[in-house]
Amino acid sequence: MPVNALDVENVSVNHNGVLAVNKISFSVQEGDLLGIVGPNGAGKTTLFRAILGLQSYQGRIKLFGYEGNQYTSLLSMIGYVPQKVNFEPNFPATVYDVVSMGTLSRKKLAKGAALIQSCGCCWNRIFQTSSKDSEKIEEALKIVGLESFKDRRISELSGGEQQRAFIAKALVKEPLLMILDEPVTGVDMDVQNKFYAVLKKINKENKITIVWSSHDLNAISDLATRIACMNRDLFFHGEKEEFFANKDLLKTYSESAMQLHMHKHDM
Amino acid sequence: MNFDILSYGFMQRALLTGIVVAICCSIMGLFLVLKRYSLFGDALSHTAFGGIALGFFLNIYPIWTATVVCVATALGITKLRKSTKISGDAAIAVLFSAGLAMGVLLVSASHGFTIDLFSFLFGSILLTSMQDTLLILAISCGVIVTLIAIRKPLIHFTFDEEQAKVHGIPIEKLNYLFVALAAVTVIATMRLVGILLISALIVLPNITSIMMGKGFKKTIIISISISVIATIAGITTSYYFNLAPSGTIVMLMVAIFVGTLIAKHAGLFSTKTLTDENNLLTVH
Repeated sequence: MPVNALDVENVSVNHNGVLAVNKISFSVQEGDLLGIVGPNGAGKTTLFRAILGLQSYQGRIKLFGYEGNQYTSLLSMIGYVPQKVNFEPNFPATVYDVVSMGTLSRKKLAKGAALIQSCGCCWNRIFQTSSKDSEKIEEALKIVGLESFKDRRISELSGGEQQRAFIAKALVKEPLLMILDEPVTGVDMDVQNKFYAVLKKINKENKITIVWSSHDLNAISDLATRIACMNRDLFFHGEKEEFFANKDLLKTYSESAMQLHMHKHDM
Repeated sequence: MNFDILSYGFMQRALLTGIVVAICCSIMGLFLVLKRYSLFGDALSHTAFGGIALGFFLNIYPIWTATVVCVATALGITKLRKSTKISGDAAIAVLFSAGLAMGVLLVSASHGFTIDLFSFLFGSILLTSMQDTLLILAISCGVIVTLIAIRKPLIHFTFDEEQAKVHGIPIEKLNYLFVALAAVTVIATMRLVGILLISALIVLPNITSIMMGKGFKKTIIISISISVIATIAGITTSYYFNLAPSGTIVMLMVAIFVGTLIAKHAGLFSTKTLTDENNLLTVH
């Protein structure tokens, strides 16, 4: 029986005195690709920050059933790609340097492996367990199609290429769970499609659990296994077919985006 | 011109201290520049001035008092910034003026140590005693070894604090360690170029090497090379032409910076901006 990779129970977050997330509960099963939709300001990023330990919250969040210190130990095994990584533009790091920042020490990997094993989960490792860090980095770069760019400075890459480098950085740690916060917002369609191909590959082939927020309903409908819709409160959590059949959700999401999606499916 | 300068003990000490301090300052400086803490080093050096004056005033070995004052201020201001959300530039302004004011106050309250104080203000690498040399070497080597040991989390922390935190790096502790190391680096550098020129040694080699568009390792190697070459050339030139070593070292660094800037504008280090059009790769 699949184990829950993530349990969010009755979580509320006050961000600068504003209730950004209100008593939200949902679970993500191992191997799922959960698409989170909601308008701007719906609290998606705040919720992610709470899961990642960057924001205080009320309620309970469990990673593979663990809370407290064990949760903190597993946090480093989450691959996180934010909407935009704010780095110093002159930072003299090559793509290889950036991806290598994601490697975890053998001690951390062993600790994570022991926790995962004891909760009966399966850690779908992307790389051979005996791989050296350098081999993992090369492999992660290959997955995102940036192997020829490894010696380029990160700041020389386009926005979409940078995001792919950050995905490689998240992959190289052999994540138990990937959290992607609108990772391709503002990049062109071609790069978006390449990104979606990477997402599909790591979810289907490497069986990595993914929680992904996006405004692209077409991509969500193609890739996600389940959908959550939120706007401070959680309006929906379930199968994607059920979500797209529910026209009332138009109220919580951009009407034009939804109509565009329905139009595409009616044709 | 003869090359017997190495037969003098003071010259040997000056060159050895200069090279080790240059390496230490270069590595530390790269992190300070990338974290946009360049002026933090400058502000700390002014606090060190207060510490030096305190040492002379209390008749204690001034490098000790400067170290204590400088490290305590660095940690205190970091704590203050965190708990009161004072902006970085305001915190630096407070540090800068408080350190200088303390120094000026102590100088005015006593008489007779102005000349010694000047050697700290403008550097006096050729006048360093054996005690100074050993202490500076110990401090510099300690900073270099620590920076090498924590390089991986420190690079991640400098690149993106938030991502580093998610990665399990204890960023608060690392930040305190980082500013404390910056403070002792300032102490080690004081003798070489003086309090007033420390920021030049922190900033110049690093902005020059960053301009060359290389990766992290190469940038740090280039920065160290610039620092060491400028220091050796500066000390040697100042000896033969009877110039102030601190000013000579810094002016040589400025010359290397300007030269690199001109070379960059001439297209020698041109960096290509990649577009998706020339990205012929496909996702596997």
